[in-house]
Amino acid sequence: MTTVEDRKDLISEVLEAYPAKGKKRRSKHLGVKEEAASDCGVKSNKKSVPGVMTTRGCAYAGAKGVVWGPVKDMIHLSHGPVGCGYYSWSGRRNYYVGTTGVDTFGTMQFTSDFQERDIVFGGDKKLAKIIDELETLFPLSQGTTIESECPVGLIGDDIEAVAKLKAKETGKPVVPVRCEGFRGVSQSLGHHIANDTVRDWVLPKADDYRKLPEGFEPGPYDVNIVGDYNIGGDAWPSRKLMEDMGLRVLSQFSGDGSFNEVVMAPLSKLNLIHCYRSMNYICRFMEEKYGIGWLEYNFFGPSEIAKSLRKIAAQFDETIQAKAEEVIAANQARMDSIIAKYRPRLEGKTVMMMVGGLRPRHVIPAFRDLGMKVIGTGYEFGHADDYKRTADYVDNGTLIYDDVSGYEFEEFAKQLNPDLIAAGIKEKYVFQKMALPFRQMHSWDYSGPYHGYEGFEVFARDMDLAINNPTWSLIKAPWTE
Amino acid sequence: MTDNLDKNRPTNEATDGPVNGATDGPVNGAADPGKIQDHFDLFTTDRYQELFANKRQYEGAHTAEKVAEVAEWTKSWEYREKNFERQSLTVNPAKACQPLGALFVASGFEGTLPYSHGSQGCVAYFRTHLTRNYKEPFQAVSSSMTEDAAVFGGLANMKLGLENAYELYKPKMIALCTTCMAEVIGDDLGAFVTTSKQEGHIPETLPVPYAHTPSFVGSHITGYDNMLKSILSTLTKDKKAENTNGKFNFNLGFDPYIGNIRELKRILGLFGIDYTILSDNSDTFDSPNTGEFKMYNGLTTLEDTANSINAEGTFFFQKYTTPKTQDYIAKDWEQKTYNFRPFGIKGTDEFLMNLSALTGKPIPLVLQQERGRAVDALTDSQAWIHGKRIALYGDPDHVFNLTQFLLEMGAEPVHIVVTNSNPDFESEIRELLTNSPYGQEATVWGKKDLWHLRSLMFTEPVDLLIGNSYGKYLWRDTGTPLVRIGYPIFDRHHMHRYATLGYQGAINQFNWIINTILDELDRNTIVPAKTDISFDLIR
Repeated sequence: MTTVEDRKDLISEVLEAYPAKGKKRRSKHLGVKEEAASDCGVKSNKKSVPGVMTTRGCAYAGAKGVVWGPVKDMIHLSHGPVGCGYYSWSGRRNYYVGTTGVDTFGTMQFTSDFQERDIVFGGDKKLAKIIDELETLFPLSQGTTIESECPVGLIGDDIEAVAKLKAKETGKPVVPVRCEGFRGVSQSLGHHIANDTVRDWVLPKADDYRKLPEGFEPGPYDVNIVGDYNIGGDAWPSRKLMEDMGLRVLSQFSGDGSFNEVVMAPLSKLNLIHCYRSMNYICRFMEEKYGIGWLEYNFFGPSEIAKSLRKIAAQFDETIQAKAEEVIAANQARMDSIIAKYRPRLEGKTVMMMVGGLRPRHVIPAFRDLGMKVIGTGYEFGHADDYKRTADYVDNGTLIYDDVSGYEFEEFAKQLNPDLIAAGIKEKYVFQKMALPFRQMHSWDYSGPYHGYEGFEVFARDMDLAINNPTWSLIKAPWTE
Repeated sequence: MTDNLDKNRPTNEATDGPVNGATDGPVNGAADPGKIQDHFDLFTTDRYQELFANKRQYEGAHTAEKVAEVAEWTKSWEYREKNFERQSLTVNPAKACQPLGALFVASGFEGTLPYSHGSQGCVAYFRTHLTRNYKEPFQAVSSSMTEDAAVFGGLANMKLGLENAYELYKPKMIALCTTCMAEVIGDDLGAFVTTSKQEGHIPETLPVPYAHTPSFVGSHITGYDNMLKSILSTLTKDKKAENTNGKFNFNLGFDPYIGNIRELKRILGLFGIDYTILSDNSDTFDSPNTGEFKMYNGLTTLEDTANSINAEGTFFFQKYTTPKTQDYIAKDWEQKTYNFRPFGIKGTDEFLMNLSALTGKPIPLVLQQERGRAVDALTDSQAWIHGKRIALYGDPDHVFNLTQFLLEMGAEPVHIVVTNSNPDFESEIRELLTNSPYGQEATVWGKKDLWHLRSLMFTEPVDLLIGNSYGKYLWRDTGTPLVRIGYPIFDRHHMHRYATLGYQGAINQFNWIINTILDELDRNTIVPAKTDISFDLIR
């Protein structure tokens, strides 16, 4: 039997555990990459099936945690009860440079801490007061975003009216983000909603808000880095590569980004987008509105980095193209030595992945650079266009699982017995208890950066230390053998 | 980070290029790549410092002078007054929300699957939070309600959710709590569960206790109480017997130290007391790695829980976490409840004496000896903590226990911040402080947050801060050394495995406190030819 058929049998077997309705719904989200198929054969971006233990989060997580949260010099108010802001406080490692509590606020938690009376009488007055208090205590903040939590949308508060009034009073942006957790099916709608608030509440006033650097003139090599959230500092090696090839980065949106960088963005010539899933909306808008093109790139692993650098350079003139080649060449020896060191230790190792926006496909070539093979992958909150892109990355016979449930993931792993699982914190210890090496692919397991050449070094070292960790051999007690 | 390969590498290995140390710019032709720079090394290099400096021109940033000026201002009394004037804004609160506590307590029962009814994002957060603290899996499911459920209610989601969860994960009990969404739209949990059973989505016999746990009421300790009460009332229904079963029940509350459950069991074992722990989640948060993932690790059996209604009495160690449960046990079970705080020396003494009096069993010799050792240890190091000014924060009971322990060592609590405070707690702890010569400087700041505490620590500095991992930002800003005791602790490993309870727990806590003070002293005296005159070998 071919792998494709094997995998299909495995899917059927795993689905047997579900009751009829659950089985029917879940069966559409599990598939196998087949030869010549232009997608992965799975449905996506549908409601999670209740009770199956999805790993997904909510719109609030996507808007506050992903898109707006990393804009470092604004205050992001978790508007509603205390929990959402508490659990997402400092959880995502979006690194930034700044004096926290004074001119930057990334690792702080601001909440309106709704009480029962706020639910009963509404929270708009409280919200207005909060924004005044923020102004008093954090005068250097560059504005506020209001991320509304579930109750706000259910009790009919008008946060837009408060935002308008307060923006006028303070002279700073106040952005209402309607990212209540029950909206949509995952984090993904939160990304979209947050993108839309940039479109509707920020960019129309970009010219008023923008503070240009002294003597600034727009240049032919101006670009933005979009959708790099600077996990463990990822965006910085990426920026360095862009700069080394002669481009000028006007804006990082949003990792280590500032509000001014958001409003600088329309001055660029090109949006370079890393996480397509979470930021394609604003890129498409800027293309339509300002005629700024956008280009997806992948900075995981030397093969893709070189490909992406050339692809980016091709948008510019020969100077840039020549410099891109120089950058690639300058890093070649170092990459060769990293691969020479780690590849023999990782050759032929198999990986199952399950992550969020772009990593389920983008990291595959980095594993390949190390001689590793991804045998299963899937997204928490991908859409059809993600799976279409994924088809170009995966081998035939790769198991594809969309919004995988805890049960499915465990069963697939038991059957396929990969050498490494790369997913999130909620999955990590499940698999480590199964003696399966694991790396967190959202937070880089507190390591990083993983982007760029320097990031690949850390990535290679981390995959090795996970798989070749000597404690795996200690799990079985000698007297049980 | 040390590369485990590099340790084995011959030191005389011939290479063409630099092998060790930071290398600015690409390296050509190195046979061995040498040092790999992690984020904590990489971004302090000149090339990245330059990148940051260059990036700043686009940031629209305030001048360095302005930032420094405002930073200084935030340390002032003037700022403190403004900070304490705020009425609506909360910044860096020391409290979570109800379902976290509900999931925490539910997971200690045999075969129990915690189930969060409402939006699905909440349960992802709860699982993540608990997992990060314990580095253990935490399994819970959600109804995954979306817009349509907001309009039509969550019944359809619950039916399907219960059915799927039951079939896939084969729980012996499903413990239901709610998210804000379900509460605001007014879902009727009792009716939903009944309907789900009647329509055959789950067996009639499956216990499904449920608790209303909106985030806009109380905090995680409230959710703990609501869920515990619901589990007990569900499982003990019609179980009241004529006679008591001779056992005692013990509840530790929202206590993140699973070592405490094990320490308590050891103490009860030494006494020879028959007991039921309500709920024993020590293995939930510290299960052995055998190479097989075991989903359910709650150690309190459903049978023992059902029988807990017939116990001689129930001991509680966190009275402000469990008011509703205690009230229920006293009224509905007509059972005696006891509140003790077996933390520090005096708290443990009091617990053991009363346990002995109630059971008629003498205090075991082993524990008497442990007491002597603990007191001996405290005495040996006391000079280093005497008169030290302390700031601390956390849940009411947690803070009370710590305060009591600090006072008996001669430390002086100064700022006591409890975001999820209540009036009874505040009057009890004020009495404790008033009655101790070391408590005279203390102020209890109920309903305040860690941004308030920052102002307090700048205007009235202290020697030591005790709190959870979020205290590290106060450590950074104010330079006050941090002892991590509380929940969550994300940035240090394995703290939860230790006991803070009993005499052994007193030694553990004391060890963390004293050695933090000594570490700090070393850090402050480590500059050669300058401060190292006091870099003492013997302390």
